[in-house]
Amino acid sequence: MTGGITVLRPSRGWVPLRLAELWASRELLYFLVWRTVKVRYKQTLLGAAWAIVQPVMTMAVFSLFFGRLARIPSEGIPYPVFALTALVPWTYFANSLTQASNSLVEQESLLTRVYFPRLLLPLAAVTAGLLDFAISFGVLAGLIVWYWHLPSAAVLALPFFILLTVVAALGAGLWLSALNVQYRDVRYVTPFLVQIWLFITPVAYPSSLVPRRWQAVYGINPMAGAIEGFRWALVGLPEPPLRLLAASTATAVVLLIGGLVYFRRMERSFADVV
Amino acid sequence: MPPPAVRVSGLGKRYRFGRGRHNTLRDLIAARFRGRPRWVAARTGTVPERSESETRWFWALRDVSFEVHCGKVLGVIGGNGAGKSTLLKILSRITDPTEGEAEIRGRVGALLEVGTGFHSELSGRENVYLSGAILGLRRAEIKRKFDQIVEFAEVGRFLDMPVKHYSSGMRMRLAFAVAAHLEPAVLLVDEVIAVGDAAFQRKCLSLMSHVASEGRTVLFISHNMAAVQSLCDVAIWLREGRIVDAGPPGAVVANYLRSVSLSLTERTWDDPASAPGNDRVRLRRAVVRPAEAGAGETITTRSPFLIEFEYWNFRPTGGLGLHFNLLNQEGTLVFNASAPAANPDGASPQPPGLFRSVCRIPGDLLNDGTHRVELWIASGEEVVYRLEDLLAFDVHDIADLNGPPFGKGVGAVRPVLQWHTELLSQGDVPVRSG
Repeated sequence: MTGGITVLRPSRGWVPLRLAELWASRELLYFLVWRTVKVRYKQTLLGAAWAIVQPVMTMAVFSLFFGRLARIPSEGIPYPVFALTALVPWTYFANSLTQASNSLVEQESLLTRVYFPRLLLPLAAVTAGLLDFAISFGVLAGLIVWYWHLPSAAVLALPFFILLTVVAALGAGLWLSALNVQYRDVRYVTPFLVQIWLFITPVAYPSSLVPRRWQAVYGINPMAGAIEGFRWALVGLPEPPLRLLAASTATAVVLLIGGLVYFRRMERSFADVV
Repeated sequence: MPPPAVRVSGLGKRYRFGRGRHNTLRDLIAARFRGRPRWVAARTGTVPERSESETRWFWALRDVSFEVHCGKVLGVIGGNGAGKSTLLKILSRITDPTEGEAEIRGRVGALLEVGTGFHSELSGRENVYLSGAILGLRRAEIKRKFDQIVEFAEVGRFLDMPVKHYSSGMRMRLAFAVAAHLEPAVLLVDEVIAVGDAAFQRKCLSLMSHVASEGRTVLFISHNMAAVQSLCDVAIWLREGRIVDAGPPGAVVANYLRSVSLSLTERTWDDPASAPGNDRVRLRRAVVRPAEAGAGETITTRSPFLIEFEYWNFRPTGGLGLHFNLLNQEGTLVFNASAPAANPDGASPQPPGLFRSVCRIPGDLLNDGTHRVELWIASGEEVVYRLEDLLAFDVHDIADLNGPPFGKGVGAVRPVLQWHTELLSQGDVPVRSG
């Protein structure tokens, strides 16, 4: 960068995404992620155990009330495995989305005192969640082995579903974080949104409960495709939920690109408004 | 001549009053509905216009243009809300300008607040890396400079302790140490040296002059006029977002100080009928000014200065005694002085007429700060006339890096004293036990 000329002038209308700049500051992303993880584990009593407690407790409650008492069908998969397979990506999504949506507002002192690509903040929030995800995924793997419900070759598609989950969390996170700077209501809307989102996502129930002709509409929720994808890849359903997946992937991509553009557009006023 | 390191032309920044456009969604929704349905309004014939009074703007910065060449230090001075920080925020890319443009050659390092990016739960070592990365250093660079940073910060054995247990001084030293090792082509510094003790400030200032001597460019905001005068090659004075004055720091600082000080350095009454006094004596003029011409109008702790009084004596008297008290900011009487009699022999009475008494006060006497002059005129034991708050003037701290630390000195006076220290006996000093 030394020797380069920086020209500062008012930006109007749509702003280029400047992804090269983002790549150039990957070291800062690393440090931000490292800080988030380190501080979270230093400040909490249980530390990394939280990554396990949250999905496992939810699984226990779901298994009792939805599996045992409400007798919700689980596609022939033992209900605890059925629930945890969904809860591991869901917990990652819900936490990352919440963290990302608060990432700018919480880092107000950084926003107003130093320049760096602002995208790094929600990006770091979403990336930092991956560690918790990995830990809880270990528990999920253990449970699958315990029930001896081993996956087929479909497991090879798993990285795609992980990516879909990350894209969905980042896409929605970008929107919410930028909106949060302008409208502080977002802080209160997010938990509510996450709660509603849980109900419209096949976490406690299978997506097959939704009539076949509504599958594509149901798949507009990107997490519906991601979670059914997880189930298909890990614990095996006879066929992949293609319709659902296509819709979910499309929405996730649209959400991410729209989020990037909106974020860039709002970015220039962050320091003035926050 | 090489192109300037920083070129700013017509730069402006406009803000809305209040915070943001709409603080809550409710405001947004309310704004949407308030007079917004244009079709309703169109039908009733009153198309609501977005009235100008509803959106109130103000320019934090306007029409600012200047250039700074490589290796030069630019000082930015001005009162609160003059737009100084806004200028640095634009140059450091934190916020966009509303109009105009700026061009900067090379990497920009901004130090707008000490401790940007510090996290109190993390150790000093961890914070060096974190804050370095946030300020734009690569990990390899931080690693390479780590020992230097730690040495500069003087945190030593506390390095692996969470920063929350640090004293504020340690925290500041560590934070500044990281920023000091940024080695940017253009360094922007916002009043960070206003915090911290004298030793720390001295360290920061000498570091800034070092940075400039290496050919880097520094833009720095300060309220410390002495520092601006000694460090900067050029200064700009901002008021209400505009440049009021630019040029050599000495002149700009003097102009600025003249405008802000509550000083009353010259008072003149031309009409003897209404001048302060009574039927025996009236004051015509009172002035305080530097003794040496060409020193501008600024009185510093080092410069000698004059206090002049002109008065009418209406009656022949046995001799009027002119006395004044000089008081400092705290109201402490620094000294009292009496003019010798106007009739040197003391025998003949002082004739009626216009008199002038001038008192020369040597340099290296007063401390910095605002001072007041009280006058009274006596005839023998009898006070003929007395006037409090006749004059007020500022004594400015001297711009001298090698002198005493910047900041308000302690005590009523600041004399330059002569010292002599010698070695009386060499070797071990006998220590009394117990």
